[in-house]
Amino acid sequence: MALTTDDVARLAALARIDLSASELERMAPELDIILEAVASVSEVADADVPPMSHALPLTNVFRPDVVRPGLTQEQALAAAPAAEEGRFRVPRILGEEG
Amino acid sequence: MAADILTATAEELGRRIAARELTALKVTEAFLAQIERVDADVHAFLHVDAEGARAQAAAVDARLDAGEELGPLAGVPVAVKDLFCQAGVPTTAASKILEGWRPPYSSTVVQRLLDAGLVVLGKTNLDEFAMGSSTETSAYSTTRNPWDLDRIPGGSGGGSAAALAAFEAPLAIGTDTGGSIRQPGAVTGTVGVKPTYGGASRYGVIAMASSLDQPGPCARTVLDAALLHEVIAGHDPLDSTSIDAPVPPVVDAARSGDITGLRIGVVKELGGEGYEPGVELRFREAVAALEAAGAEVVEVSCPHFTYALGAYYLIMPSEVSSNMARYDAMRYGLRSGDDGTRSTEEVMNHTRAEGLGAEVKRRIIIGTYALSSGYYDAYYGSAQKVRTLIARDFDAAFDQVDVLVSPATPTTAFLVGEKLDDPLAMYKSDLCTIPSNMAGNAAGSFPCGTAPEDGMPVGLQVMAPPQADDRVYRVGAALERALAAPDAGVLTDRIASRWVEA
Repeated sequence: MALTTDDVARLAALARIDLSASELERMAPELDIILEAVASVSEVADADVPPMSHALPLTNVFRPDVVRPGLTQEQALAAAPAAEEGRFRVPRILGEEG
Repeated sequence: MAADILTATAEELGRRIAARELTALKVTEAFLAQIERVDADVHAFLHVDAEGARAQAAAVDARLDAGEELGPLAGVPVAVKDLFCQAGVPTTAASKILEGWRPPYSSTVVQRLLDAGLVVLGKTNLDEFAMGSSTETSAYSTTRNPWDLDRIPGGSGGGSAAALAAFEAPLAIGTDTGGSIRQPGAVTGTVGVKPTYGGASRYGVIAMASSLDQPGPCARTVLDAALLHEVIAGHDPLDSTSIDAPVPPVVDAARSGDITGLRIGVVKELGGEGYEPGVELRFREAVAALEAAGAEVVEVSCPHFTYALGAYYLIMPSEVSSNMARYDAMRYGLRSGDDGTRSTEEVMNHTRAEGLGAEVKRRIIIGTYALSSGYYDAYYGSAQKVRTLIARDFDAAFDQVDVLVSPATPTTAFLVGEKLDDPLAMYKSDLCTIPSNMAGNAAGSFPCGTAPEDGMPVGLQVMAPPQADDRVYRVGAALERALAAPDAGVLTDRIASRWVEA
C-alpha cells in the first residue's frame, strides 16, 4: 500500500489542516501501519452482506412546525472569534487570484 | 465526619440528605475539599465549578427543607466528562481548539442531572475529543490512575474514572464510543455502563462518531451506577436517535442481583493471545463465581469479533472526519493566523493545525482516506459490512444465552507514556469493548479483583441485547456480591485509606 508523504499532504489539504513537513514524515508510516491492520475487513466483506450504517432501525423523526425559543443573536455571537454589526466577521473568502 | 461522606455510596448519601441527616452543601464541601487536596496528584478535573456546585447544593437544601420530594440522588455530587455542554461552564473536549468556550446551552444529560437535584462538581479530563484510550492525548493534563500514579487511568473517560477511584466524586458521567466508559472503569476498579445506543440522549454532547457515541453512568458500586442511569436515560425529542420507549428496570435489577438460571455465554474470541495471565485468571474466577451464584455458563463463538477492531478504526475515523469539520474558526472556538493576509480557507487550515492534537489529526486523515473515491468500497464499505456480521454474531449468540461476558480489557492499566508512540498498540486496549458499540447493544464493566502481577484492577464485561440494560446490572450486582468478602465492600474500598484522610 505504502502511503507517501505526498498522499498524506493531499489528504490533509482535503481535511483543511496544514501539516508541517515533519508531521507528514511522521504520519505517513504511522498511517500505513494502521491501514494495513484495518485492511483485514475486506477478507470477510462479501458482496452479499448488506452494509450497516447504524445500530438502530432509523426512521425519519418529525416534530410540529412551531416556533420555539432559540439562541438570541447576542448568545450566538458570544463565542465568535470576531463579530461586527451583529454578524460573524470572517477573513476574505476569495483568494488573491479571485 | 468528612471521611464517611467521601467513602459513602451515592445511594447512602442520597438517603441521608433526604432524611436531612446531612445537607447537600456539607456533602458538596467535603468533595470540593477532597478535590483541592488530591487533584494536584490525580489530575482528574479540567475545571472545578466550586461556586456553581455550592449554589446548586444550597438550592437543593432549600427545596428539601421546604418539604419538597426530590429523587433518590438529590444533593449528591457528580463529576461530568468535559465533553458535555453545560451552559456558562467552560467546555473544552480537552482540546485547545475549544479553550475558553462557554456553551450557550446545556446537554440533555447535564440538564437532567440538575433537574434531579444532583450537584455538578466540575468537568473531568479526557483524551482530546474523546479520541484515545489513556487520557494522554488531552491538550491540558495527564490524568493518573489512583491505584498507581505511574499508570494511565484508561480513556477516553480517564478523568471521570480517576475522580471516582480517588474519592473526589461519588458519581461521574462518561461517553462510550469504543469503550471510553468501560475501559477506564475496568482499569480503575470502578463500574462503567454503556447503555443501549439511543438509551441516553446525545443532545449537547460534543460528537466524535455519531453512530457509536453513547453517554452513560460511572460509579463505585453497581446500584449507584443504576440510580444514575435512571436519571440520565430516557427519550429526548432533541436527539433523533433517542429510543422512544421506557427505560429498562436497571435499579430493580441492581437491587436484585438474582441470576438463578440466567444463561451466560463466555465469548471464545475475547481471550487467549494478547490477554495478560492475571486478567484471564481473575476473569475465570469471576465466571466461576457467577456460576456458583446460580447462572448457567457456556462457551459461545462470535467469529467476526476478530474483525471488529479493524472495522471500528475505519468507521469511527470516517465519522470523526465529518464531525470535526465544524471546527472551522469562524463561529466559535479558536481562530489563529487571521493577520489580514490569509483567506478564510487559509485561516481554517492554520487554526486546525494549531488547535488540534496529533491523534485527532491522525483520525481525521484516516477518515478522509477511507471515504475518498477509489478507496470507499474497500475501506468504509467493507467496514460497514463487517458491522452487519458483528451484529449477526450478537443475534445468534443471544438466541443461545441471555448475556455474554468477557474480560473488559486485554491488559491492566499500562504505564504513562508506554503506548503513546504506538497508535496500533493503544487501539488494541478497546478490543473487547468495540463490538457492543458496533452493534449498539448494552454493555458494562464491573470490578473483579486485581491482577497478581501488578496489583492493578481487572474488569469483567457483561454484554446484553439492545434494551436489556437491566441484565447488565443484574449480572454486575451478582458479581459484586459474590466477590465481596464478608467484611469488605467494593474493590475501590481497598485504596480508600490511601486517598481519604481518617
